[in-house]
Amino acid sequence: MATKLRARRHRRVSPTSESRPVQWALIGISLLFMGVILVLPLYAVFHEAFAKGIGAFMAALVEPDAQAAIRLTLLVAAIAVPLNVVFGLAASWAIAKFEFKGKAFLITLIDLPFSVSPVISGLVYVLLFGAGSFLGPWLKSYGIEVLFALPGIVLATIFVTFPFVARELIPLMQDQGTGDEEAALSLGANGWQTFWRVTLPNIKWGLLYGVLLCNARAMGEFGAVAVVSGKIRGQTTTIPLQVEMLYNEYNATAAFALASLLALLALVTLVLKSVLEWRFGDELAAAER
Amino acid sequence: MEVRVANVRKEFDRFPALNDVSLDIRSGELIALLGPSGSGKTTLLRLIAGLEMPTAGKIFFGDTDASEKTVQERNIGFVFQHYALFRHMTILENISFGLKVRPRSTRPPAGEIRRRALELLDLVQLSGLEKRYPNQLSGGQRQRVALARALAIEPGVLLLDEPFGALDAQVRRELRKWLREIHDRTGHTTVFVTHDQEEALELSDRLCVMSQGKIEQVGSPDEVYDHPTSPFVFGFIGDSSELPVTIENGEVWVGGRAIGIPAHDTPAGAARLYFRPHDVDLIEADASMAGVVTASRRVGGTRRVELEVGGDGHKVEIDLPFDHPAGEKTRLSFRPKRWKLFPAA
Repeated sequence: MATKLRARRHRRVSPTSESRPVQWALIGISLLFMGVILVLPLYAVFHEAFAKGIGAFMAALVEPDAQAAIRLTLLVAAIAVPLNVVFGLAASWAIAKFEFKGKAFLITLIDLPFSVSPVISGLVYVLLFGAGSFLGPWLKSYGIEVLFALPGIVLATIFVTFPFVARELIPLMQDQGTGDEEAALSLGANGWQTFWRVTLPNIKWGLLYGVLLCNARAMGEFGAVAVVSGKIRGQTTTIPLQVEMLYNEYNATAAFALASLLALLALVTLVLKSVLEWRFGDELAAAER
Repeated sequence: MEVRVANVRKEFDRFPALNDVSLDIRSGELIALLGPSGSGKTTLLRLIAGLEMPTAGKIFFGDTDASEKTVQERNIGFVFQHYALFRHMTILENISFGLKVRPRSTRPPAGEIRRRALELLDLVQLSGLEKRYPNQLSGGQRQRVALARALAIEPGVLLLDEPFGALDAQVRRELRKWLREIHDRTGHTTVFVTHDQEEALELSDRLCVMSQGKIEQVGSPDEVYDHPTSPFVFGFIGDSSELPVTIENGEVWVGGRAIGIPAHDTPAGAARLYFRPHDVDLIEADASMAGVVTASRRVGGTRRVELEVGGDGHKVEIDLPFDHPAGEKTRLSFRPKRWKLFPAA
């Protein structure tokens, strides 16, 4: 009788779930892995940052070069992210709502920055705007410096971060189709009204999600920016570059203090991302397929 | 408003969806475009709306050529199969959308817009739900909101694309009756697309049967049902039985014997006989069709009997009252009361 009951209880577990020991083993491995790869380094960053007390931490942050790096990082993100929003919207609109030749090619191109090493993306701009190039000296004759200046950093950042918004919106907009837009047009709305009143509200959470990821990457980008910045202290160093320079000078506290800002940005992004996923999961789900 | 479709052709990537279609839609009528999927009925509706542009041919609204006009300029009301309600707007905002997006010169004042939207909400019997969002309504309620939204702009023509296609049978029947009432009250020229013949027969003043990008027949539901002009229409509208026959000496022959049906107007040779399963007489006479019962099942109040006729394995269906004694027999003789002969395919 007792064995029968137990057998029945066992059967209630779904056929696809593993036995208890296997479950624990899998969970254990994942947690251990995450601990070593993610949590420990994060702890180390904050530990090092505050190793010499909160005074030293604050001093490292208000130091003029650090302040310049923070300002530059914010400025670059403030230019690159809105431009990528406009580009991402335009590209996903075109891909999701129209049929045209070369569509598959455009989708591949949008993914290019994901598959190209950031260093290469930086080098491309050096070749384009460097001293030996055609464009560089010509722009210089008009007093426009691209390389080792703000424009170069912004360009490299845009290149590296441009898939984020488009990648998020394309599947979402494809999933929603053109029904709502057709309804708006049939009711007399013009294209502009249709976009602002119907299309944009339909994709706003997906768009915000894309902006969040785009921004995190824009502020944290190292490789591409390192190549084009020239690392002029106080002028063309962003936070990630400044961190590396300080670290190479054995100024661990200052390096980790700045690094903790980036880590904080990552944590805030993670929380916002989770909130968005939890609150608007249905609308974002299309993008995850 | 009258709508005239004149010799319209529409191709998608060189695949013809509509082939030289002409149709006159009378002012104030409720006309159904009926056909199987792929017959071009939705394409025709979208061409009238201006959501597609014809490859060739013209569409007139009254006396004006609407072919070159945009969907906004045509002033049509369009209802979609999947509602296409704006999910981030309340029901009231959805209904007032068409008025709110008008340019300032023709836009009614805000109070007037609200009053009209509430009036329409009352017309579609959803008063009190104005603050809800579309996902808080049932499918039937959503489609009624969609209709109110389309009516808000006072369209010249109302176009409905399988409006009840996504709803379950019970709600479909209710909404069908309700749409007829609304139409009788507002008098809009209305075109609706459906693949459901029962819906088309019950709801429309006239129906336009389409197949493979062409119009097969246009007429009142009774005309189309009683006098189908093609085998396709006979087979598509209502139940039908079909049998290959031979015409000889002005009579119809099946399996080597005359069955008592005159055929003076049909040329001698092979032909196809069509009749309705319920439109037959059971008779015991030489001049009749005799068949062996191969299947018999009761469907509600009738018994549908499948008979093998003429010895070549051709099967036809006839209907009997479910308690008719003939339902017990293994062999039946019958003759259609009404029939139609078409040349052999």
